[in-house]
Amino acid sequence: MSSRFRASVLLIGAAALTLSACNREEHHSRAKPIGETVPAGESPPTIFPGSSNPPPLDVRASFYDNNANAISQGQQLYMQMNCVGCHSHGGGGMGPPLMDDEWRYGERIDQIATTIAEGRPNGMPAWRGKLTEDQIWDLAAYVRSLSGLPSKDAVSSRSESMSAGTPQTLTAHPETNNSDAAQQ
Amino acid sequence: MKLASCAKAAVLPLLVGACQYQRYQSDFGRAGVEDRDFLTLFWIFLGVCAFMYVLVIAFLLAGIARRNRALEANIVESGRHHESHPLMRSGLIGWGALIGVGLIGLTIASFFADRSMAEAARNDKLSVTITGNQWWWDIVYNSADASKTLRTANELHLPVGVPTHIILHSGDVIHSFWVPSLAGKQDLIPGRENGITVVPKVTGMFRGQCAEFCGTQHAHMSLVVVVESYPDFLNWWHHQLQPAPVPRTPLAMAGYKYVVSGPCSACHNIGGTPASGQIAPDLTHLASRRSLAAGTLPMSTGNLYGWVEDPQSLKPGVKMPTIGLEPDQLHAVVAYLETLK
Repeated sequence: MSSRFRASVLLIGAAALTLSACNREEHHSRAKPIGETVPAGESPPTIFPGSSNPPPLDVRASFYDNNANAISQGQQLYMQMNCVGCHSHGGGGMGPPLMDDEWRYGERIDQIATTIAEGRPNGMPAWRGKLTEDQIWDLAAYVRSLSGLPSKDAVSSRSESMSAGTPQTLTAHPETNNSDAAQQ
Repeated sequence: MKLASCAKAAVLPLLVGACQYQRYQSDFGRAGVEDRDFLTLFWIFLGVCAFMYVLVIAFLLAGIARRNRALEANIVESGRHHESHPLMRSGLIGWGALIGVGLIGLTIASFFADRSMAEAARNDKLSVTITGNQWWWDIVYNSADASKTLRTANELHLPVGVPTHIILHSGDVIHSFWVPSLAGKQDLIPGRENGITVVPKVTGMFRGQCAEFCGTQHAHMSLVVVVESYPDFLNWWHHQLQPAPVPRTPLAMAGYKYVVSGPCSACHNIGGTPASGQIAPDLTHLASRRSLAAGTLPMSTGNLYGWVEDPQSLKPGVKMPTIGLEPDQLHAVVAYLETLK
């Protein structure tokens, strides 16, 4: 058995192993039959800002957090449900900004989902009953992505909606290497 | 024998298809001015090209049959034309002339087809804006009088013989507007305005279909086009302008309450009610339409039940979520939607 043959067998084996590690993200078109975000009749413990002891992480968090599909669906909902009206595109306005690292009611996806579902004092309306649980979690996944919390590979590099500005492909790239230009 | 049966097997389905769907969805429908012009042009091109093709093949076969008589071929290739047979020379000149005449004929035919369509586009009487969305058609009948501007979805009504200019927009990705029986394809491009003028020539029902892949439910993005006489069209317009009728039965009333206060109203608009969402098809006269979910299902009570309860299993990926209505809510909502005639 030649060494070249052995090397190619090893290579094929390694490639097969790598392939088996590929895991396609699951696209859910239907919400799983899941319960209420907050048990009925119970006041959510995170309703007060700066709560020191948050409840244990919701089991659904892992399903929506870092999920590219959930984030892009949430991005569409963010525009469609006019979140922009108060929060702008994350920069805030009448409502607090969403792209900073300050979270009055918690930065975890389940805490954001609860905020969207239940509403918050001073203007944030409750979306429970207007959006489905699935949509609220999608929105929460997108809101989290505004401040760069989810991993980069899950976040879309371009907007799902049309932008009024010049497309990124047409804008001039900023000069990256000024020292070269100075030498010439 | 075998060849003949093969040819039959290939051509017969085409012919049958052309006959059966001659009107509903076919390039051979001849139901619109553009379609007629193009079809005429197509037959002229096919005739001229077929004639030339048969001629070339005939000469080729003759050439093969006479392949041993290489003398004359050498005369042409070596440039000693004066030695060739006079019949051969006039034949070659005639062949050149035939090609010239054929090409000029095709140019003239396509010029007239082009003018005919431009003429129709110049005389448009009606303006409709169609916005393609994943995966449905938003249709607005424009009018200088704002109270006559009509918004509907997935069912386009056109008056017969009236040139209608359709302005095409897209809300998300590139779609393509295609009603084969009436006209050719035209793309709907996000951020741009495109347009097409259609002049229906016969009354009837036609199917339009998105002709540019636009996502998972691209195949279920179709459009019912109803061409009717001008008075019928005006009746339809005036009826569609009416607000939604007030529900009469207690069941429909309960459905109304759920629809205007629940998740439906966040996306859907129903004229004359508090439901005023703008991102999903207008439901004001939903029950008067012939299809559900952009041609996915024919309109019927059973299909309404199925669609409202679980759209994601009928059209997976559609933007309408599965809400999970309780049975009594579902009965009420469907009862209300059926009153939206």
